[in-house]
Amino acid sequence: MKKSDFILVGVGGQGTLLASDVLALVGLEHGYDVKKSEVHGMAQRGGSVVSHVRWAEKVHSPLIGKGEADFLLAFEKLEALRHLGFVRIESAVIVNDYAIPPVSVASGEDVYPDDQSIRQVLSQVTAAYHLVPGSKTAEELGNARTSNIVLLGALSTFLDVPAATWEKIIGERVPQKFVELNLKAFNAGRSLLGT
Amino acid sequence: MRNLLSGNEAVARGAWEAGVRVAAAYPGTPSTEILETFAPMPGIYAEWSPNEKVALDVAIGAAYAGSRAMAVMKHVGLNVAADSFFYASMTGLEAGLVIVNADDPDMHSSQNEQDNRRYAKFARVPCLEPSNSQEAKEMVGVALDLSEKFDTPVILRITTRISHSSTTVELGERAATERETPPEYRINTRKYVMVPGHARLRHPIVEERVRKIADFAAAFPYNRMEMGNTSLGIVTNGVAYEYAREVFPDASFLKLGMSYPLSEKLIREFSRRVDRLIVVEELDPFIEEEIRLMGIPVEGKSIFPICGELDPQIIREAAIQADLLSPSERPETVKIDKGTLPPRPPILCPGCPHRAVFHVTKKLKLVVNGDIGCYTLAFLPPQEAVHTCGCMGASIGVAHGMSKAKIKQRNVAAIGDSTFFHTGLPALLNTAYNKSNTTTIILDNSTTAMTGRQEHSGTGWSLQRQETGRVDFESLVKAMGIEDVHTVDSYDLKAVEKALRSALDNEGPSVVITRRQCALLPEARRQYMPLRIDEEKCIACGLCLHIGCPALLKSDEVYTKTGKNKVRIDPMLCTGCEVCAQICPQDAILFRAQIEEER
Repeated sequence: MKKSDFILVGVGGQGTLLASDVLALVGLEHGYDVKKSEVHGMAQRGGSVVSHVRWAEKVHSPLIGKGEADFLLAFEKLEALRHLGFVRIESAVIVNDYAIPPVSVASGEDVYPDDQSIRQVLSQVTAAYHLVPGSKTAEELGNARTSNIVLLGALSTFLDVPAATWEKIIGERVPQKFVELNLKAFNAGRSLLGT
Repeated sequence: MRNLLSGNEAVARGAWEAGVRVAAAYPGTPSTEILETFAPMPGIYAEWSPNEKVALDVAIGAAYAGSRAMAVMKHVGLNVAADSFFYASMTGLEAGLVIVNADDPDMHSSQNEQDNRRYAKFARVPCLEPSNSQEAKEMVGVALDLSEKFDTPVILRITTRISHSSTTVELGERAATERETPPEYRINTRKYVMVPGHARLRHPIVEERVRKIADFAAAFPYNRMEMGNTSLGIVTNGVAYEYAREVFPDASFLKLGMSYPLSEKLIREFSRRVDRLIVVEELDPFIEEEIRLMGIPVEGKSIFPICGELDPQIIREAAIQADLLSPSERPETVKIDKGTLPPRPPILCPGCPHRAVFHVTKKLKLVVNGDIGCYTLAFLPPQEAVHTCGCMGASIGVAHGMSKAKIKQRNVAAIGDSTFFHTGLPALLNTAYNKSNTTTIILDNSTTAMTGRQEHSGTGWSLQRQETGRVDFESLVKAMGIEDVHTVDSYDLKAVEKALRSALDNEGPSVVITRRQCALLPEARRQYMPLRIDEEKCIACGLCLHIGCPALLKSDEVYTKTGKNKVRIDPMLCTGCEVCAQICPQDAILFRAQIEEER
């Protein structure tokens, strides 16, 4: 089985941890050994959130090293840039086209990088980065909070796992009354990048 | 069936399967979820104790009474519980006692990265260390068996990375059944009354116990050799084992599930079979020193860092520097020029009642001795309103010491409600007894917020969701002999200022209780109502931005006289606490009542 190492990044409150849960459980369901690692505690207080998810025949380390991730899934643009060191030329980088300015930007001390420089930095690592309208798609579906699942949908197009497996895990993992919405979000995400 | 469990969930499951009947803890990252996961399980008692020392005494009492017991704490919690830890080692127990201790290498959420394996040796208590969730689950039962076999408490030492990593686990059944009759406590004063005469009898028994456990460790199944190429032999444990296995796939390994005491026989056998012996361990050179004491040549911290967490990359790079690996093992990385990215530190939430209180202490130019909790974050810009913070409960003693040293500035202590119960109580008593001129602010947000909102003695609810008594802060403080007590709404800036001024003017000890629920509690959430800015009135003075609320953003609108950007409110984030509205000199930020009136 081909190994896949994923780094998921976002801002506290964006659903990064739920997305990593789903991703880890999908790998497990598909027959991989899986490890997932994240440090929370401070995450709720608006800080950066980073989650490592690993799929392979046998996984030892729960952590992925710099330059060793196969996928970077970013729920926020600035966080994508911050954690770009995890990927290498062949990796796939999927970035939600969404900005959450840190307090220092809001108060005018720092500047949030503009889209042109974001693209410029991303293209230093790979030409095959994908800036996708995850939050916009989620809002159009009626709930901005499903942007994490939209992004997972986009990611799923790179992976050799049947859509039904993803849908099964999403159905089990999100609250009952939001299942339908999240399945729509997942499929909308899939159509953002191909299928 | 394989389940994906975090190390914390696995420990809780392991405790349940191993028949733990009583468990106690004080919340502390990274260990908090253990008791939260354990509490709803059937057939057990679990509680939040006011601090780790009480939690450990509770677990010891249950184990004295013949029930398997567990105390859970983060590494610095064992400092608080150390006194109890040492007597429990001396007395031993009637049933298994496991102390689950979570160290925090890299200080993700702590003030230091002390290595608590030192405590194991200090108190002659065995220490088990899992490398993943499956082992974490199994080792709770193993620890309890060991505890009963050798009449000793046992430390199960996990780390943040074990606690917060999820790996696959096979679940089992619970070993214990409901008791039909209550157990009788067997009185044995020579064992359980630790007066000097009895303690002198116990000490040689404790020393002999460690020797016996070291013998036992030689065949302990969680200490295992995995032989590969014998030119390099690696002794390792905990999560470091998983990293090392990845970096050195061909080497020989001695994986130690028990890091104290070590079996000299086992170490000697392994060292004889390999050409070069190294230790890969996080934090202190604990195993390395033990091996060196045996007179066996070994390397460890001369190669790998002592500070911070390890990871495969750090181990690989250190090994390349030490010629253990070829530089060709280094993965290719791309050099990226990102420029400077704005940082995103954790911050006080929108609507956080602490923000309001620190706005006032800053205005009054107070030196604030802070404590452990969300409010510590007020040290950050733009508020920069907390000036010392050492450990749980330190604020009041430190403020009292500053007062007695007669510093020039006015000085207060600021402590959260849960932290106040933890170790603030004796320190506040001291300000009354020793006629302190200290003002203590108790930031009462009705929860243990920082660790994810746990109940405590002041909330009226227990860990297992029983309704219970609720401390009356004012009566408690007055009963200590402090007469000057004020209670105010944290959001009411004028009231907070008035109370603080009055308390500071008063000679003698005083307390200001600032009360308002944590903005993340369900009842507070139900009252959210985003505010709005009248952009016509905003003169872009930026005063509201000084409180560092994430809901206040620079607007694209410009105030033409100064060319500065006006302010707007993010309706997704604003809770409607009205703190910014009270600060605005132009009344440009509408209060809830004004918005309602417009409707």
